[in-house]
Amino acid sequence: MHPIKKMDKSKYLPCSRSRGENMSILDQRFAQIQEQLHKKELTVTDLVDASYNRISEVDGNIGSFLHLNEEGARKRAGELDELLGTDKATGSLFGLPAGIKDNISTKGIRTTCASKILDNFKPLYNATVMDKLEQTNIINIGKLNMDEFAMGSSNENSGYKPVRNPWDIERVPGGSSGGSAATVAAGEVLFSLGSDTGGSIREPAAFCGIVGLKPTYGRVSRFGLVAFASSLDQIGPLTRSVEDNAHVLQAIAGHDRMDSTSAGVDVPNYSEALTGDVKGLKIAVPKEYITEGVEPEVRNRIREALNVLEKQGATVEEVSLPHTKYAVATYYLLASSEASANLSRFDGIRYGERIEDDSLIETYMKTRSHYFGDEVKRRIMLGTFALSSGYYDALYKKAQKVRTLIKQDFDEVFLKYDVVIGPTTPTPAFKIGDKIEDPLTMYMNDILTIPVNLAGVPAISVPCGLADGLPVGLQIIGNHFDEAMVYKVAHAFEQSTDHHKLKPEL
Amino acid sequence: MERITKAQIKHVAHLARLEFSDDEVERFSEQLDSIINYAEQLNELDTTNVAPTSHVFDVRNVLREDEVKPSLSQEEALKNAPDQKDGQVKIPSVFEK
Repeated sequence: MHPIKKMDKSKYLPCSRSRGENMSILDQRFAQIQEQLHKKELTVTDLVDASYNRISEVDGNIGSFLHLNEEGARKRAGELDELLGTDKATGSLFGLPAGIKDNISTKGIRTTCASKILDNFKPLYNATVMDKLEQTNIINIGKLNMDEFAMGSSNENSGYKPVRNPWDIERVPGGSSGGSAATVAAGEVLFSLGSDTGGSIREPAAFCGIVGLKPTYGRVSRFGLVAFASSLDQIGPLTRSVEDNAHVLQAIAGHDRMDSTSAGVDVPNYSEALTGDVKGLKIAVPKEYITEGVEPEVRNRIREALNVLEKQGATVEEVSLPHTKYAVATYYLLASSEASANLSRFDGIRYGERIEDDSLIETYMKTRSHYFGDEVKRRIMLGTFALSSGYYDALYKKAQKVRTLIKQDFDEVFLKYDVVIGPTTPTPAFKIGDKIEDPLTMYMNDILTIPVNLAGVPAISVPCGLADGLPVGLQIIGNHFDEAMVYKVAHAFEQSTDHHKLKPEL
Repeated sequence: MERITKAQIKHVAHLARLEFSDDEVERFSEQLDSIINYAEQLNELDTTNVAPTSHVFDVRNVLREDEVKPSLSQEEALKNAPDQKDGQVKIPSVFEK
């Protein structure tokens, strides 16, 4: 484990990942790679070499990783290679190199949430998702950069360094799971985990031209995910294809006795949903998702995508989610209120950094004021204000009531339709520095992803082409616990287009 | 609702255990003011008979038997503590000396 800036390029072996022109083994799908592993045409060590080679080659420009787990990954690869050819080489994600967002606890491996206040924090236990992934024999390549405590839509709020978009390094990769999206788009790992509170998986997946799913609230255990807004947070996978995405969700989904908000709802076999058949499915397109506020080129890509699905026998109808315009205000009041409570634990006493002063209260103040970044402070302030005496009813409770109306909008539409489709974001990736000075403009960027978290439903972003050379994301939203339907539609669309084959030149 | 004053910012900062320079107080009061102003659009909606949502599903109390199970050792639990003494977390004095 070492910070990436200390990486010494000279110790990497010459590139061994090339199979054909510009084609890395890491550009392949899980199934192809696993077939080669089991036929012994490839070793897990080859995959790990390819991953660290690629990181050494391009991550200096991208900044996806905060810290690498190189020693641990190579040791684990050696152990897994010993199993190849035996009946112990099992696990649905056997040997696959993955990156993990740095707010997901990894036992003994630094977990900073991209915050200086947790600079030296090494969790004493794994998040449940990590335990589950390790049981499938993945390789943890390292921990991924993000907006500090997952607060942000551009990754400019990382306490360490910004992440840059592999499609154009002058632009943001989206946030808060910016590292998780950029690393997959740049071909450094085969998949990553992110977390999504208001769009933090889907927005970066859209900006970086990959597939990202936010599961239904309660589908995946949050145990060991450092909490931002507990009633909204969900962990989900980021991948290059819908099929691979379904494989990762399969591995991490399910009830967990360590998270009382995880749901005791059966997990279906998601691969069975990938039939390519959308005939007779009913698609709702909310008029609020294709307004003037959405860039014309983005709207064009969405229309083209809907045409593709219509040609395959799905029906498309316009609907209304009338409370959409209130989602951003509702979200920022609720998420910030929950954050102000959740982040009170960072006080420099039991873990994290401490600046000691004469008294306990001065120690709290000095520690928190010094180590938290501006956006984190802004949200703690907003949340504390919304929960404070005299404002609770007018702000916090009001927002909880509007949340009910937003959820009811979705409930009503799902009585008649199988999925809701629109863009993931109103624009493609914007330039670094463009919105960071104006918090409200930055927040408006999440208008199309936030309602989904407030309603607790699942949604995916899949690539649907380019606008001015930058990826556009198609958002497919499903009913509670119906990730299978979301995957079905996403897969059918993906397989009948070539958008997912586009990749950035680096 | 009245606009956010600098005194309010200082009060809320204290509640949140944060402290700000005068410049920061200025900046944060402007930014929070515009966010709260924006949030006031929620008042356009009549929510008199709407129940608040704190959780999207109907979660009831989740109970389990109160049994002792393996957990972290004292040594492990202290591993991340910035300061410790005699197997406990050491902190500055709570009361004035």
